[in-house]
Amino acid sequence: MTVSRREVLGILAGGGAGLALGPLLRHGTVLAAQATKRGGQVVVALSQEPTVFNPNRPHIEVDRGVHFGLFDSLWRIDERAQFHPNLAAEIPTVGNGGIGKGGLEYTIKLKRGVRWHDGKPFSARDVKFTHELITNPKFGAYSKVGHDQVAGVETPDDSTVRVRLKEPFAPFMTAWGDTYIVPAHILEGAADPNTHEFNTKSPVGTGPFRFGSRVAGDHLVLLANAGYHGAAPALDRVIFKYIPDLTVLYTQFKAGAVDVTGLQGISAEFYAEAKSLPGVTVHLHYTPAVEYIYVNHGNPKFKELAVRQALYHAMDKRAIIDQVYYGLPKAVEGYLPATSWAYNAELPRHDYNPDRAKAILDEAGWKPGPDGIRAKGGLRLSFSNATTAGNKLREQTQALLQQNWRAIGVDMQINNMPAAVIWGEFYVKSKFETLLVGIQASVGDDPDCLNRIHSKYIAAKTGSGRNVSQYENPQVDRLLEDGVREIDRAKRRAIYQKLQEVIRADLAYLPIFSYVRIEGVKQGIVNYRPNPYTQVNNWNMHEWGWRA
Amino acid sequence: MRQYLARRVLQAAVVLGLVSLAGFSLLHLAPGGPAAIYAMSPTMAAEDLDRITRELGLDRPLHVQYLSWARGFLTGNWGRSYRDGRLVLEVITDRVPATTVLMLSAFTVAVLLGLAAGIVSAVRQYSLFDHLATSLAMVALSIPTFWLGLMGIYVFAILLRVLPPGNIGTVGAEFSLPDRLWHLVLPAGTLGVVMVATWSRYTRASMLEVIREDYIRTAHAKGVAGGAVIFKHALKNALIPLVTLAGLQLPLVFSGALVTETIFTWPGMGRLFVDSIGYRDYPVLMGLLMFTALLVVLGNLVADLVYGAIDPRVRLS
Repeated sequence: MTVSRREVLGILAGGGAGLALGPLLRHGTVLAAQATKRGGQVVVALSQEPTVFNPNRPHIEVDRGVHFGLFDSLWRIDERAQFHPNLAAEIPTVGNGGIGKGGLEYTIKLKRGVRWHDGKPFSARDVKFTHELITNPKFGAYSKVGHDQVAGVETPDDSTVRVRLKEPFAPFMTAWGDTYIVPAHILEGAADPNTHEFNTKSPVGTGPFRFGSRVAGDHLVLLANAGYHGAAPALDRVIFKYIPDLTVLYTQFKAGAVDVTGLQGISAEFYAEAKSLPGVTVHLHYTPAVEYIYVNHGNPKFKELAVRQALYHAMDKRAIIDQVYYGLPKAVEGYLPATSWAYNAELPRHDYNPDRAKAILDEAGWKPGPDGIRAKGGLRLSFSNATTAGNKLREQTQALLQQNWRAIGVDMQINNMPAAVIWGEFYVKSKFETLLVGIQASVGDDPDCLNRIHSKYIAAKTGSGRNVSQYENPQVDRLLEDGVREIDRAKRRAIYQKLQEVIRADLAYLPIFSYVRIEGVKQGIVNYRPNPYTQVNNWNMHEWGWRA
Repeated sequence: MRQYLARRVLQAAVVLGLVSLAGFSLLHLAPGGPAAIYAMSPTMAAEDLDRITRELGLDRPLHVQYLSWARGFLTGNWGRSYRDGRLVLEVITDRVPATTVLMLSAFTVAVLLGLAAGIVSAVRQYSLFDHLATSLAMVALSIPTFWLGLMGIYVFAILLRVLPPGNIGTVGAEFSLPDRLWHLVLPAGTLGVVMVATWSRYTRASMLEVIREDYIRTAHAKGVAGGAVIFKHALKNALIPLVTLAGLQLPLVFSGALVTETIFTWPGMGRLFVDSIGYRDYPVLMGLLMFTALLVVLGNLVADLVYGAIDPRVRLS
C-alpha cells in the first residue's frame, strides 16, 4: 500500500491515534470484516455551502443534508420507501388507530426520554410549536405543504400529538416525515424567529449529530450525539467540505482529501476514470428527477397534440443519452421513477421515427413553407428553447434536438440564461416557449403532483401553484383531486397509473430520461445507501461507519 | 494639511455615494432574483416564492429599498444575507482573515523577488539576466491565473504528490501552523508569479530612470562604492513611484482573488463574491462593493500621504 505525503503530513499535523489510523484504514487494505468500527470521521464534499440550519427556513438541498444530522422528524423514509419511526414511537396507520375519521385525524404517539442537544427534554409541545412556527405569518417558512391543510394540533399529554385535517390529505405522511422538529424552549420566546442565532450559528436538535463548528466558506463539522435516543452513530464526526467547482471537487476526491462526493457528485465525463480509481466505489444513483422538454401550452403553437407528437417522434433520445450523457441515464415515459409504488410500467415506449413525425404534421395540415419551416394558418413552427446557461451537457442536448427537429421542418432557437434569471419569473410565470428542464414532480415517495399539473395551479393565471407549462385537462384534474383524497394505497395506485397513462398519451411534457447521479465513496465506508426519496444521500449518516 | 485631508474625505464620501447608487441600481435592474434558487425544489409553488420575495422586501419600489439600505449602511447596519439571514458585516469579516493571509503572503513574495529582479535587471541592462527576467515576466503576465493554478495542482498535487491540491488546511485536522503553511504554498505561489512580474517590471523601469540622473553620476564621480550608489542613492528614489503601485494593490489584499480562491477552494472574499452573485444575495454584494470601494479610496489616500512624507518635491495642501 502507499501512503501519500499529504496523508503523512495530515497525520503529523493532526496527531491523535484515531486520526493517525484513519488514512490507513481508508485505503481498504486492512482486512475487510463486515463489522463497523466505532469512531472516525467522514469528509463529504459539497459544491454548494450549507449555511441555513433552521430546517423550516428557506433552504437549498445541501442545507437539508445538515438537517438530517442535527434534527429528527416524526418518521423517516428509507431507500425502499418504508417509513421508520423517528421521534414517533410507531407509524400511525388505520390499523393501529393512528389514522382515524377517514383520514381526517392523525394520533401520533411520541418516544419518551428524548432530549435536545442542550439536555432539555423533548415533548409533544415541541411538535405543536414546530407546526405553529411554520404556519405563523410572521415566520418566513420554507414550505407550508402538509401544514396548510391542518385544522388544529392538540397535545392530550406530553407524548401524544393529535393532528386534525381540514380534509383528507394523503401526502400528509410524506409532508410531516419531511418536517423537522425544532425546540420550543429556544425559539418560542424569540423576538424574531427569522433572525435568531439558532438559524445560522447555534442550532439545537434531537438528531444523531450535534453542531460542532463552522469555518465560513470552508467547512462544517457535526459531532456524534452520544445521548442519541436511537442507535448511536458509529462515526465521531462528519465534515461537510465546501468545494464550489465540480472539477476541483473531483480532483480532491481523486487525491484522497475527500471521502464522499456529495449531492452533485462526479460529472459524467469523469465516470470512466472514476471507476478505475483504486480504493473507491462509484455508485450510480437514479434519482426521481426527469429531464424534459416542457412546452408552454399557453402558446398556440403547442395546443395541437399532433405537434407535440411530432416533436416527440423526431427526438433522438438514444443519441442524447449515449452521446451526451455517456449512456448512463435511463429513458423514461412518465414522471415517476421506476422504484415508485405508483409507477406505471405499461406506458408506450418512445419511438424515434422522423418519417412518422413528418406524416403526422402533414396530416394535421402543417405544410413546409419556402424556407422549409412548417406553418399552418400563419403560425410558423419556430420557437425558442431555454435552459441554464453554462450547462455544457444541456447545451449539447439542445444542439442535437435542433438538428432532430430541423429535419422535420421545425425550427428551434437556443435562448439560454443564467440560473438566477431563468428559474425566476421567466419559469414560474410561464414566459418561455419551451424549456429543457430537470424536474422532480413527486415529493418524497408520494406520487402527488397536483399543483404541478392541475389547471387550478397555473401560476401565470392564478398566482398560485407551479403548473408552469400551463397544461389543462379536466380528466387529469379529476384524477389529481381523487389521488390526494384517497388514503387507500391500492386505490391510489390505480389512480396514479391512470394519470401517467393520460399524461403520456396527451404528451403534456416530452420526457427524455431520468437523472442519474454518479457518486464516489471511499472503500471502507459502510452503510452508504443512496435514497431516491430524500434530496441528499447523507440521509442516514448515523448509520455510516468505517469497516472494522 | 488638515484642509487637504478634509477635502479628500469629502471627495471620498461623494465617490462612495455614487458607487453605492450605481451598484445598487445595476444589481437590482439585472434580470433574475434571489428566489430563483428555490424554484426548482420539489415543494416550492409560486405563492411560496412570492411570499419569500415579499419577506425579503423585494416587492417595494427600488428607491425605497435603496434608501432603507443606505440608512442602514450609514448607521453601521449593512443588512442581512438573503441566503441565510446572517448579518452582512459578519459574513464579510468572517472571510477577511483567509484572504489577508493569502494575499499578504503573495504580496510579500512578489515585492521581495520583484524588487531584487528589477534592480539587477536595471543595473545590468541588456545582460543575459535582464533578457531572461524580461521574457519570464512577459510569460507570467500573459498566462491566465486559472491555467497556472490548475497546472500547479496537476504537477505538484497529482503527479508529484508533494503539495496539497487546495484548501486552507488538511480537511478535518486540527489547526497546525506547518499544515497551514504547506497549504499556502501553491495558491500564494500562483498569485505571486503574476505579482512578481508586475513588480519587477515597475522596479526596472523606475531604476533605469533614476540611475541616469546627474546626482547618480556625481556620486559615482565622487568615488562612492557601486553598491552604496545603487542602494543608498538610486533605490531610495526609485521606490517613490512604486508607492503608487502598492497603494493600488492594497485593496486586493483584502478583497481577494476570485480565480485563485476558486481553484484552490480558499474560503476568502473572492469566493464569497462569486457565491453571492449566484444567489443574487444583494445585501452581501452591496456590502462587498462598499467594502472594496472603501479600500480603494483608502489605498489611494494613503499612497498620496506617503508621497508627501517621502518625496520632498511633493507638498500636500
